[in-house]
Amino acid sequence: MDVSQYLEIFIDESNEHLQSLSDQLMVLEKEPDNSDTINEIFRAAHSLKGMAGTMGYKRMQNLTHDMENVFSEVRSGNIKVNSEMCDVLFQCLDALENYVSNIQANQDEGTEDNEPIIKALNSFINGQAAPSPDKQEAVKETSSTTDVPEKTSVAENDISLADFEKNAVNEALKKGLNVYKLDVTIDENCILKAARAFLVFKNLEGHCDVIKTDPSTQDIEDEKFEFEFKMVVISEESVKAITDIIKNVSEIKDAVGVAITTPFAEEAESKAEVKDDDKGQEKKPEEKKAVPAAQQSKKAPATGGTKAVSHTVRVDIDKLDVLMNLVSELIIAKNGLVSASVTADGETSTNNQNFTEQIEYLERVTTNLHESVMKVRMMPLEGAISKFPRMIRDLNKKLNKKMELYITGEETELDRTVLDEIGDPIMHLLRNSADHGLESAEVRAERGKPEVGSIFLNAFQEGNNVVIEVGDDGNGIDVEKVKAKAVEKGAITQEQADAMSEKEAVDLLFRPSFSTAEKITDVSGRGVGLDVVKSKIEALGGDVEVKTTYGEGSTFSIRLPLTLAIIQALMVKLGDEKYAISLGTIETIEDVPISEIKYVHAKEVIHLRGSVIPLVRLREVLDVPGEPEQSETEVVVIVRKGDRLAGLVVDSLIGQMEIVIKSLGKYININRMISGATILGDGSVALIIDANTLV
Amino acid sequence: MENMNAIEDKKQAASTTVQYIVVAIGNEQYGINIKYIDNIVRKQHITRVPKTQSYYKGVINLRGEIIPVMSVRLKLGLEDDVFTDKTRYIIVKVEGATIGIIVDQVREVVTLDEEDTEKTTKTSNGDAAANYISAIGKHNGELISLLDIVSLVVENN
Repeated sequence: MDVSQYLEIFIDESNEHLQSLSDQLMVLEKEPDNSDTINEIFRAAHSLKGMAGTMGYKRMQNLTHDMENVFSEVRSGNIKVNSEMCDVLFQCLDALENYVSNIQANQDEGTEDNEPIIKALNSFINGQAAPSPDKQEAVKETSSTTDVPEKTSVAENDISLADFEKNAVNEALKKGLNVYKLDVTIDENCILKAARAFLVFKNLEGHCDVIKTDPSTQDIEDEKFEFEFKMVVISEESVKAITDIIKNVSEIKDAVGVAITTPFAEEAESKAEVKDDDKGQEKKPEEKKAVPAAQQSKKAPATGGTKAVSHTVRVDIDKLDVLMNLVSELIIAKNGLVSASVTADGETSTNNQNFTEQIEYLERVTTNLHESVMKVRMMPLEGAISKFPRMIRDLNKKLNKKMELYITGEETELDRTVLDEIGDPIMHLLRNSADHGLESAEVRAERGKPEVGSIFLNAFQEGNNVVIEVGDDGNGIDVEKVKAKAVEKGAITQEQADAMSEKEAVDLLFRPSFSTAEKITDVSGRGVGLDVVKSKIEALGGDVEVKTTYGEGSTFSIRLPLTLAIIQALMVKLGDEKYAISLGTIETIEDVPISEIKYVHAKEVIHLRGSVIPLVRLREVLDVPGEPEQSETEVVVIVRKGDRLAGLVVDSLIGQMEIVIKSLGKYININRMISGATILGDGSVALIIDANTLV
Repeated sequence: MENMNAIEDKKQAASTTVQYIVVAIGNEQYGINIKYIDNIVRKQHITRVPKTQSYYKGVINLRGEIIPVMSVRLKLGLEDDVFTDKTRYIIVKVEGATIGIIVDQVREVVTLDEEDTEKTTKTSNGDAAANYISAIGKHNGELISLLDIVSLVVENN
């Protein structure tokens, strides 16, 4: 069978399963007896095996097969999970990841057989459960269908129905309609089982009413079934007619129908219902508990993920980029129309109102369109950070420090392009926390801190920004040490160091190749330091800040714009030039009488509602030619960065506008103050001021 | 041996002709290899970019793209541009970047044989202009300084 067309699906699904395996293994390590987890792992391994087998990746199939064997034993209680086993399983996972990445790179799984891992896996079965070789053989044979008996056992004494379903059957029988129990078996080579099942239901439409399926329709849609499913239908037609319809769907192996003729007793218990409910509902809360507030990145993705009834389409990101560009063009054109209408209004004041109305309508539509496209591009952060719990677990062992990662806000959504780039900086900060941040166990004990260090990763939305915090309850930054190091490296002079505020000193960390790690470890301190993090974040239009208390820990806050391409901005005028300031950073706009401008350390400040805010004269920092007009008041745009404010003095305000951010190209040097340019309605270019750099 | 190479070179050169757009900048004529040229546009309002290299006049909007505009005069160490009706921006594409170059006037397109051009040596003197001239071409008895567009755009002085 030609499977190349399924390759992409295979890779996507494999990655999903691997992530689920990874999550579940983390849980298992903590709670070796959690049977739900064991089942999840078993199922994930099983699905992986099936998929790899279908695609003809023998080595991957072998490995997952052995993994599945181990878990089949664990499930039946013959072996207990121990930490040694977890280590092997993690190796196993890494090996599988290698296979998948090989496949992704060149459609070939590679030649690594991973014999040692397979041996280790088998030794668990042999050593601890000590089954005879033929029993092991038997396990192998049955393992691919292990899930099936579980379900058939339910169905053996007939499919169980809820009360209302029984009533429906009884009603139908009373009316003289036929009730059939159907067993549908799908061909084992079928890849899109859910699609086949869907066709079955679709074709049956009009011929009969389906009143019950086992597993539930939801599970069938999500492909949470083996190769067969059951249903109870009410129909006027003969059982043969119905089964023929089913068999007409390709890749359906068989369909068997049995007529139900005896009405149900009114109050029979419904076993299957209860069982289904157990599986569906109890699992989630329990898992939430099991995953220590940290790694719930994917809840129960064992057989296809808990994507509720979402109807999704996978779209190439390039296509979305094209769409986004078109929306940008549309907004520029719309802005052109708006400014054209304004000038037209100026000339002919009686211009028809209809035109203006239509323009406003167009404006609303383009704004909504932009928002929708943006939303389509948004992805939850969890995609980028789901690998971190595992990483911290490995660092636990590598650094010989006990630590726990707590994640909140992984559902916070970010633009896809940002998401792709943000993983590395976060990883860097986490490693930094693990390696430099957290103290050794002895020091922690001395300081009276809990033995297990905490690293936390919090994400949340704040206005038009997304904030991602990475912190720890470790040592914090030793400001004096940072200064001493900077002086030693010749980055600053001793005098500069003495005059530095704590914040300025901490900012030294972001200078190129500045690492305070006393010993260079495998984990961090390789010279690629925080400066890389900073430049990467800035390239994404964000910024990064540190808060630290020596002895108590430090927190790095990454602040990223929610959107990259199109923003709402305040247009301001400086002389003859127009500039845009992102609305996201603007706090308020004030008219400040000149008499209220005070001087602190020879710098202009204003008092505003209890806080002292430094003034930045944009005309001066941007070298705007000409002199400002004298007036009694200054227009001050108050901008915020973190908890600091600054007042930008501008000549006048033009208004709010939706602008498309464009880059200025690579050979022109741009000051950090300018984050890009945009095209205005009249075709002229306005530069965008990054207010963050001025605070 | 040297002679042999020279002959070899000449043979190859004979088969290669290059088209140049001849532009006037100040009192001199400069040639720009046509393969770099994307477009020639009339002068339009340039938006000043603060704190950038002095020879970048700013940016323009070219059909929805933001293009930096460079003053060759300033880059070559000549006097500042005087904008007239004949001023044009030559839009060049170099190393993946698109940049506008301000010229006083666009004259003509000429086809030069390699024979008609004479390579210049770069490090000869401290003259800024000489660093961006790759060769001198002769056409109808006039001399044309052929601009080395790549280093003109890429080098940062």
